[in-house]
Amino acid sequence: MEKFTVHTGIGVPLRRSNVDTDQIIPAVYLKRVTRTGFEDALFAAWRGDPSFVLNQDAYRAGTVLVAGPDFGTGSSREHAVWALKDYGFRVVLASRFADIFRGNSGKQGLVAGIVEQEDVELLWKILENSPGTEVTVDLVNRTATAGDVTVPFQLDDYTRWRLMEGLDDIGLTLQHADEIAAFEARRESWRPRTLPAKHLPKIDIDAARPADQPA
Amino acid sequence: MGKTLAEKVWDAHIVRKGENGAPDLLYIDLHLCHEVTSPQAFEGLRLAGRQVRRTDLTLATEDHNTPTLDIDLPIADLTSRTQIDTLRHNAAEFGVRIHSLGDADQGIVHQVGPQLGLTMPGLTVVCGDSHTSTHGAFGGLAFGIGTSEVEHVLATQTLPLQPFKTMAINVVGELPPGTTSKDIILAIIAKIGTGGGQGYVLEYRGPAIEKLSMEARMTICNMSIEAGARAGMIAPDQTTFDYIKGRPHAPEGQDWEDAVEYWKTLRTDDDAVFDTEVELRASDLEPFVTWGTNPGQGLPISARVPVPEEIADENDRVAAERAIEYMGLVPGQPLREITVDTVFMGSCTNGRIEDLRSIAKVIQGHRKADNVRVLVVPASARVRLQAEAEGLDVIFKEFGAEWRNAGCSMCLGMNPDQLAPGERSASTSNRNFEGRQGKGGRTHLVSPLVAAATAIRGTLSSLSDLDLPAGVDLTTFDGSPLAPLDPKVLLQV
Repeated sequence: MEKFTVHTGIGVPLRRSNVDTDQIIPAVYLKRVTRTGFEDALFAAWRGDPSFVLNQDAYRAGTVLVAGPDFGTGSSREHAVWALKDYGFRVVLASRFADIFRGNSGKQGLVAGIVEQEDVELLWKILENSPGTEVTVDLVNRTATAGDVTVPFQLDDYTRWRLMEGLDDIGLTLQHADEIAAFEARRESWRPRTLPAKHLPKIDIDAARPADQPA
Repeated sequence: MGKTLAEKVWDAHIVRKGENGAPDLLYIDLHLCHEVTSPQAFEGLRLAGRQVRRTDLTLATEDHNTPTLDIDLPIADLTSRTQIDTLRHNAAEFGVRIHSLGDADQGIVHQVGPQLGLTMPGLTVVCGDSHTSTHGAFGGLAFGIGTSEVEHVLATQTLPLQPFKTMAINVVGELPPGTTSKDIILAIIAKIGTGGGQGYVLEYRGPAIEKLSMEARMTICNMSIEAGARAGMIAPDQTTFDYIKGRPHAPEGQDWEDAVEYWKTLRTDDDAVFDTEVELRASDLEPFVTWGTNPGQGLPISARVPVPEEIADENDRVAAERAIEYMGLVPGQPLREITVDTVFMGSCTNGRIEDLRSIAKVIQGHRKADNVRVLVVPASARVRLQAEAEGLDVIFKEFGAEWRNAGCSMCLGMNPDQLAPGERSASTSNRNFEGRQGKGGRTHLVSPLVAAATAIRGTLSSLSDLDLPAGVDLTTFDGSPLAPLDPKVLLQV
C-alpha cells in the first residue's frame, strides 16, 4: 500500500447527506472480478446530470471529496472505495461515515477523515465560491487546508499509523501466527465446522420457467 | 462490573489484545462467502502465494447474481456468469465448500448458514455482505466486512478490530395483530436514524423480542446495518436452541450439552452498563412503510408523505425534498393512496418459510390486483422445497404470483429481476436506496403482511384494509407461533 503523509488536490463539494454505497457505485457494476477500472462506475446515476459536481470542469480532476453526513452507508462493498480511488480521490471528508465504509477506506489507503459539520459547511463555501480550489490534507497533523482556512479532522491513531507506513494488514497479523495457532488449540469442540459437509438429503431442484409465470 | 452479551462474545475471541490504540485481533468462527465480494480476495491470496487457513470454517454459496428462472441453463448475463464461474473456480482451487445454483443448499448466504445449523450462539460470523448482522439473532457477533477483510479472514481466520460501543434497544409491550418484527425494526431505524447505530453493536431485548420466533428475530438483526450499526444481537434462549437442534451441523451428544450450558451464560449481566439505551413500545406500533430513499424514512401506514417545509433540520429537509422528488410522491399524500407496480416477496430480510406462510395465509382465496406484478423468491432452495411440500406454491400461483427459484433477486437487482425506471415496488427487502432495485426504480420497504395486503389491493395496504374471512386468527400473524423450518419435514419431501 502506498504511503500517505500529505496530499494536495482539488476539493469537490458534494452537498448531499446519506450518500449510500448504491449511489457511490450501483450494484450492476459489482459483477467485475478485477480490482481496478471502476472509475466509470463512480456515482454512475449522477454522472449523466450536467449539473452534478464532477461534471463541472473545475471539479473534474478532484481528489479530495467533501461530503455531507453519513457518507458510505449501506452495503459492505469495497468497490465503493475502489471506485473513489480509481477515479482519483485520495481523501473523503465528512462529519459522519458508515463504519464498514470507513474500515474499507483504511484498508485501501483512502483517507476518510471526520470533520465537524460546521467545518464541512466552511469548506463547501470555499470550494463553491472558488471552484478548483486545492485542499491540502496533512495526515501527520490531521488537518485539511483550503485557502486560508485550516480545519482539523479525526482519524484513529492506528489507521493513521498504517496509512503513513503503507502497511498491509495481513502481513501484520501473520506476525502473530503462533498466537492464532494457540487460540485454535483451545477452541471448544462444539463450534461448527463446514467440513466434512453434512447435508439433508440431496434433492433435485425444479427450475422455474418463464412460461410458467403469469404475464 | 458485569458484561454485556456483545462484550462476552468479543472477549471469548481475543487472540491478541491490542496495545496503544491498536485493534484487538479476533478469531472468526465462521466465514461465509458469495460471488460478489470474494473474487478480488481470492486473487489477493493467489498473488501473495497464500492458502485459505481454515477451509473447515469457510462456506461459499451463489446468491447475488443468480437468476431465478431457467437456473439449469447457462446464465445469460455474461458478467454474472463470469463472476459465478470465478467463485466456483476459486472454491475448487482453494478447497472451499460451495453450494452452487441447482444444489438444494444453495440460497442467500444468510439463510444457508442458519438452515444448515452452522450459525449458533456465541460465534463470530463474518461475510462480505452487510446483512451478515442477520446471524446475530442467534446470540453471536456477526458483521459484514469488505473484500480486503475477506482476504484477511481467508488468510488468517482472524480480523483486527476496534471494540464497538454497545446499545440496548429495549422493546417493551406486545406487538399488535397485523404487525411483525419488520415493523419493529423499521420503527427503530426511523427513531434512531440511518446513522444512529454507527460504532455500535445493538442488543435487542425486552419482552416483545423474547416472544419472537427465530426467523422473526433474524429479520430484526438483519436490518441493524440500516441503522448504521455493525451488528445486532439477541440473547439466545430456548427458542434459539430449539431452532438449532437436529440441523445437519448442530452439535451432538456431549458437544450439544456443553454448547447449551455455555450458550445459557450468553446474556447481558444485570449489572452491565450499555453505552446507550433506547426504548420502543411494541404495543404502539402500526405496520410501517418507507416513503423515501433511505430506510430511516419510514412512517406508520396511516400517515402521510411528509411535507418538507415542516421539517426543522436543514439536512433532513433537503434529504426529504430529494427523496419525495425521486419517489414521485406528493407531500401530504396519504401513504395508503400510493399505487404500486410490483410486489417483491423475498430477500435475506423476509424470504424465509415463516414469511411465505404468513403471506400465503393472507392471500389464500384472493387474486392479486390487476395492476401489480407479484414476485415470490424464497431465500433458499430448501425454503422453496419446504414451501412446495406445504402447498404454498399453489396458493401463490393461484393468486397470480410468480413462483421463482432462490436468491437475492430484486432486493438489489444484480440479476434480471429489476424494476424499470419509474416503476414502484412494495418490497419485503431491506433497502430503498435510489436505484437499488433497478435504475430509476422506487422502493417502499414493507413487512410480509403489508406486502400481501398490497398485492391484493394494488395500493399500500395493511391487513386492516382487507375483509379477512371470519375465523382467520390474526394473532398468528405476529410471526411467533409459527413453527420454524423443520428438517424432518424436508426429509419427507
